[in-house]
Amino acid sequence: MASSSRSARSPLGCALLLAWMASGCAGASTRRPEAAAPERADPAELEALYLARTDSARMRFSAADVEFVSGMIAHHAQAIEMAALAPDRAASTAVTTLSARIISAQRDEIAWMQLWLRDRDQAVPSAPSMSGHAGHLPGMLTPAQLAELANVRGLDFDRLFMTSMIQHHRGAIAMVQDLIATDGAIQDPATFKLASDIHVDQTTEIARMEQMLAGMPPGASR
Amino acid sequence: MTGSTPRLRSITALAFTLFASACASSGATTGSAAGADGAGVRLRTEALASAPNPDPRVALAPGVFDAEEAAWNLRVVSKTPPSSDFVGGINSDLAFAGDLVFQGSFSGFQVWDISEPSRPTLASAYHCPASQSDVSTYRNLLFVSGEDFGARLDCGTGGVRDRVSPERIRGIRIFDITDVRNPRYIANVQTCRGSHTHSLVEDPSDPANIYIYVSGSAPVRAAEELPGCSGAPLTEDPNSALFRIEVIRVPLADPERAAIVSSPRIFTDLVDPPSHGLAPDDRAEMDLQLAGLLAQGLFVVELDGQIAQLSDELAQFWLDSLVSARGGSGAPTAADSANLRASAPELVARRQAVRAAERGGPAPGPTQCHDITVYSAIGLAGGACEGYGFLLDVSDPVNPQRITAVSDENFSYWHSATFNNDGTKVLFTDEWGGGGGPKCRATDPREWGANALFSIEDRQLRFRGYYKLPVVQLSTENCVAHNGSMLPIPGRDIMVQSWYQGGISVFDWTDPSNPVEIAFYDRGPISADQPRMAGSWSVYWYNGLIVSSEIARGLDILELVPNALLTQNEIDAANSVHLDHLNPQTQPMYVWPSSFALARAYLDQLEREGSLASARIGAVREELRVAERAGGTARGEALSLLASELDAETGRSRDANKVRVLATALRELARS
Repeated sequence: MASSSRSARSPLGCALLLAWMASGCAGASTRRPEAAAPERADPAELEALYLARTDSARMRFSAADVEFVSGMIAHHAQAIEMAALAPDRAASTAVTTLSARIISAQRDEIAWMQLWLRDRDQAVPSAPSMSGHAGHLPGMLTPAQLAELANVRGLDFDRLFMTSMIQHHRGAIAMVQDLIATDGAIQDPATFKLASDIHVDQTTEIARMEQMLAGMPPGASR
Repeated sequence: MTGSTPRLRSITALAFTLFASACASSGATTGSAAGADGAGVRLRTEALASAPNPDPRVALAPGVFDAEEAAWNLRVVSKTPPSSDFVGGINSDLAFAGDLVFQGSFSGFQVWDISEPSRPTLASAYHCPASQSDVSTYRNLLFVSGEDFGARLDCGTGGVRDRVSPERIRGIRIFDITDVRNPRYIANVQTCRGSHTHSLVEDPSDPANIYIYVSGSAPVRAAEELPGCSGAPLTEDPNSALFRIEVIRVPLADPERAAIVSSPRIFTDLVDPPSHGLAPDDRAEMDLQLAGLLAQGLFVVELDGQIAQLSDELAQFWLDSLVSARGGSGAPTAADSANLRASAPELVARRQAVRAAERGGPAPGPTQCHDITVYSAIGLAGGACEGYGFLLDVSDPVNPQRITAVSDENFSYWHSATFNNDGTKVLFTDEWGGGGGPKCRATDPREWGANALFSIEDRQLRFRGYYKLPVVQLSTENCVAHNGSMLPIPGRDIMVQSWYQGGISVFDWTDPSNPVEIAFYDRGPISADQPRMAGSWSVYWYNGLIVSSEIARGLDILELVPNALLTQNEIDAANSVHLDHLNPQTQPMYVWPSSFALARAYLDQLEREGSLASARIGAVREELRVAERAGGTARGEALSLLASELDAETGRSRDANKVRVLATALRELARS
């Protein structure tokens, strides 16, 4: 049976919610689902506890974590810049598909990392402003390399794109490994998950690109 | 289909010209149930036969513990928030034994008694942080995965600050739960990469031990912390902790002596693993396009799911070769051209092989699996391993062997596997973005972050289609394919699956090329404006209940509501299956005891399919009713007679096999 039920929040719930979250009640529904189990804790109290706990869990971070997250935003920004070159230049749909997924995945991760920084009252770099001047990060392409990538077409682009992106991804993996090798870093599960996901996603993508390179049609000039 | 007219791109000399073909993504539809199969079935409840329209899951109102909800063909039995210490934590996977549910959490684990499913009670809440604390249980033991760098051997909350520390646990924790209200932490097994997930494996020839396959995808820890751990490539260090899984042996009489017994390199020699090939629709379209281009006189071949045109130079070179091969000279004839068109695929394949060999060595494979689902009943396991799906032979549990591997251009990260009950199909999930991302927006392709469905033929995997949650979710809702299990609906392949904040989806993939959703449950996001980690981490069928681990909200228990797409008889037959325990990564084979519900379930399916005349369906139902009332010898005789009649009628049904299955069920019922 299709059901979509709401019921009124208690005024207390709304007050508590407002205390924790500025806009929490603005879009609040007017009905709440039937309570299936009796004698449960008051949702408003649970919510206050949930918000307090998740807030304090976020406070377990180190300067190295902040540096990693800020740096990774810049790092991701350049990957997106590289991938955005593909639709007009790539020869194979496999490369176009790969680059579209890189753009989507890394854009989402940037939003997530910006939220990570905001949650911890840290300065939030905006992605575009960062990509140009982050040459100190591992694996980043130099402006000359970026220009070269923008200037090639077809299979030349495919090959250069993948070798450049492999270099770039290896840099991101190096950043994760540097973070892990830092005393006091990566203690919060949310930070671990971010770093570990980046590590495994980009490892997987490197293997995919190496395989694509190995299977590329022969004969491109470079 | 992304159907577009092939575009010609010009490439450098001797290169193939690639068409942007329509085949990059499959068009396997996953749309609404539409109720097409519901004709002729009596509605026994007010449940709907077709997916509600508009879909009530779209834009549900937010809330942490009071978000708006939508359900279709599922009923919420109970929603139990986490116990006090676990509020604000991250709930993870589930395991089951008797009336107990073990719920992992990044904060430890909770044990729920669900003997009264409408009122689960807390049996134990063991605070012992580690991510992701995936759990499994065997007799008096509970195994818990630890992967992150902050988990402590003493279960403390202070983290582990030093890069190299004797206080850190990454691996498997072992608890004695003889007294489930007072679990005892008795041992652990440390591994180089920690344990992201794990799977229990029983060896029938070795009842004194239980084995654990450890999947750990996080970076390798320092050798100073755990001797021998190396993250170097295999070419540099043959003992690298990459490119292997770990197998732990746990002596049941002496679990403190649990240890790694083998590190199978199931990834070795993964040379050029095949892409899974085209979906049937794409295959047809590709053939059509190829035929059209060949008819135009072009030299085209299929290359990795795309149409490639031979460059003029290459075509000329091969044509000239063909001319000299037949001892001729001068310009190629029409026959030479036809010959090249026919032989081009083979020539190209040969050329590709030569090129790949010139580049040297096998392409690097994955370095770990995310999850391995062991299906001992058929001697197979499904490995979801970074960029690949594996089929493994686990007949020797200590030495699993890779049988075959597939990759998929649309898959980002192979996450987990679920077999259908008879082991003829397997479903792999793609946890694109790692589970924290909102991958179910209108802008996210239907083939990304989805399930890929394969049939298993001669122990090879054949791609059939995709299934993705068929509803758009908000950008504040993390949503991607995640854990689930088969429902024991006889005669059909129906699965319940978690989609994080996309909720729970029940779908029928009996026809793997056309999976169809038949039920759902969903909540609104945690927050109106911020993406927060929440949603269903895992959902599994367990003895008539659908139990979901909600990351933030706690433990949800639901049950199926009968409807035209799933009748009460089918649900009753499912609920006749009983499991003593369940570790979902060790998939159980469902076996249905004889019952009238089982026979009626098959009968309902024949009616829904329109495979038996409705008058005949009605008559068989009546005979079943009479037989059930009769009891004793009369019952047995009536059922045997009915079975024989049905055997004789198989030729008149469009689903002869199901009629036969029904007859067999009746014969077994007669004997019971």
